[in-house]
Amino acid sequence: MSNIVVPSLENNNKTSNQLTKKTGIFQQISKIWAQKDLQAMAIPGVIWMIIFNFVPMYFIIIAFERYNVAKGILGSKWVGFDNFIEFFTDERFWLVMKNTFGLNLVRLLVGFPLPIIFAILLNELLSLKFKKLVQTLSYLPHFLSWIIVGGIMYNWLSDTGFITTILVDIGILDAPVHLIGTKEYFWGILVTSENWKEIGWNAIIYIAAISSIDPNLYEAANIDGAGRFRKIWNITLPSIKGTVAILLTLNIGNLLGSNFEQLFVFYRPILYDVIDVIDIYAYRIGIENGRLSYATAVSLFRSIFAFILLYSANKASKKLTDVSLV
Amino acid sequence: MKKKFSLGDAAFDTLNTVIMILICFLAIYPIWYILIISLNDGYDAIQGGIYWLPRKFTWDNYREVFRNNEIIIAFGVSIARTLIATTLHVFFTGMVAYAFLKKELIGRKIFMTMGLITMFFSGGLIPTFILIRNLGMFDSFWVFIFPTMFSFFDLIIFQAFFRTIPDALEESAKMDGANYFTIFIRIILPVAKSVVAVIILFNGVYNWNDYFMGIIYLNNQDLHPIQTYLYKMVVTSESSRQSLNTVSVSTTRFTSTSLQMATMLITTIPIICIYPFMQKHFVKGMMLGSVKE
Repeated sequence: MSNIVVPSLENNNKTSNQLTKKTGIFQQISKIWAQKDLQAMAIPGVIWMIIFNFVPMYFIIIAFERYNVAKGILGSKWVGFDNFIEFFTDERFWLVMKNTFGLNLVRLLVGFPLPIIFAILLNELLSLKFKKLVQTLSYLPHFLSWIIVGGIMYNWLSDTGFITTILVDIGILDAPVHLIGTKEYFWGILVTSENWKEIGWNAIIYIAAISSIDPNLYEAANIDGAGRFRKIWNITLPSIKGTVAILLTLNIGNLLGSNFEQLFVFYRPILYDVIDVIDIYAYRIGIENGRLSYATAVSLFRSIFAFILLYSANKASKKLTDVSLV
Repeated sequence: MKKKFSLGDAAFDTLNTVIMILICFLAIYPIWYILIISLNDGYDAIQGGIYWLPRKFTWDNYREVFRNNEIIIAFGVSIARTLIATTLHVFFTGMVAYAFLKKELIGRKIFMTMGLITMFFSGGLIPTFILIRNLGMFDSFWVFIFPTMFSFFDLIIFQAFFRTIPDALEESAKMDGANYFTIFIRIILPVAKSVVAVIILFNGVYNWNDYFMGIIYLNNQDLHPIQTYLYKMVVTSESSRQSLNTVSVSTTRFTSTSLQMATMLITTIPIICIYPFMQKHFVKGMMLGSVKE
């Protein structure tokens, strides 16, 4: 441990105990003072967390108030659970819940297995160089902003866009449609674009897990005459089971979340009915309509629900696979 | 892994290779598309049919973009924001991570617990919005800097790396009477180059790509970063696409699409430039982060 600080601390304690009979608090202060150079590096971080993490947590109480900017948080009228009750009886409540769960379920069903499949297929490539190249290129889209991806989508999926034109040419569409502004196609576009962007990135963790599998296992399987799919099924998959379980748990915990940066690019009145997930709805009523208390209540409901989900998923994962988060 | 060559294996390998080539193609093609449209005459591009190479090559779209003051300012904001915020973030988060790692730090347990809480709970959109307003950061450049200065998640990545640095390195500096801050600057940071690269990359890309702060916190158009500006371009052209698609309405030589594409490409260039250099680092960083997850 430290050579300088600890001895000087002990000295301080001794002198203060023997000579001045300081109280515990003073002792503590002098101890902290003795390591002031270390504290000076830690305290700014603590202050930052208090301001930017904990103060907003405190502001959550406006969910139980009718928050009035002029009166402030302490002066605003306390209304208990009124905001929550209003949300549960809101005419858009069921639509918002349906969108949140529905969209996230589709995202999970499509977006969760794809990186795993990609990682396994990548691992089956024979040429190491090609493998590296594919991996490197596959996560390039992750680094593009959603505006750029969204801009391309708007361009390609408009009624004159090149994907629309192709779809008409090969007979899938009867006539040019403004796909990006059509409710029926919207979730499909969301899920496709998100997977395009993230498949390589999300696969990194599985690729790493696969590369740490003992090659001897495969050798032994070869001697036993196991075929490719047998090896994938009996060696690769069981080896990454733990990683899969943890990521699945996290994904389930996020069933009420959203990819806000993505959704917001496509956020337009014409799509409200299919894009209104909890986060987007909270944005509209809070920021656009200025109903801060109501929007905070909506978000808080989401957070609590999400926490319960994460907790249960973690419990289930522990039972089934013996892997858990904390 | 020598095995006799079977027909099924050959078919699988071929199919697999085709799928992988397709994935590579899909990853690159959108960027290629942006490039060729941005290098093509705008009105010619409207007729469609440009897939592989520009048909009517021109630099005009880029010239127009660089002539546009708003775009230049937006790029300036993005560059300033990314440089300042990322530097500060790496330095500040690294410093706190180092301090929080010291066992002799009084209050260490409480500080780490506070940090863990922030990973599971957050105030959310509206309370943060109120905070930023109360702090007077509305319509101020500082909104890009202070709220992103620290991240407990990055702190954990830093610490995972700092733990691997042998104590002996620090001990000798302590003998010479160096304080913690000097040790952090002179010894820890230089040794931790790879983790610093990872955080610079993650945070830098975040700062460069973020468009939402500009929308929610800044009414002042002059402070909008390039991504926010692009957002406005995309959304405006989408909502008025009927009129813009008719060539006769406009009198300029440019379409909003071709200008958008040129701006998008310039926005992507920094990322493509750092990509090859940072590539080997971020896979490692991803792993450092996920170990703790």
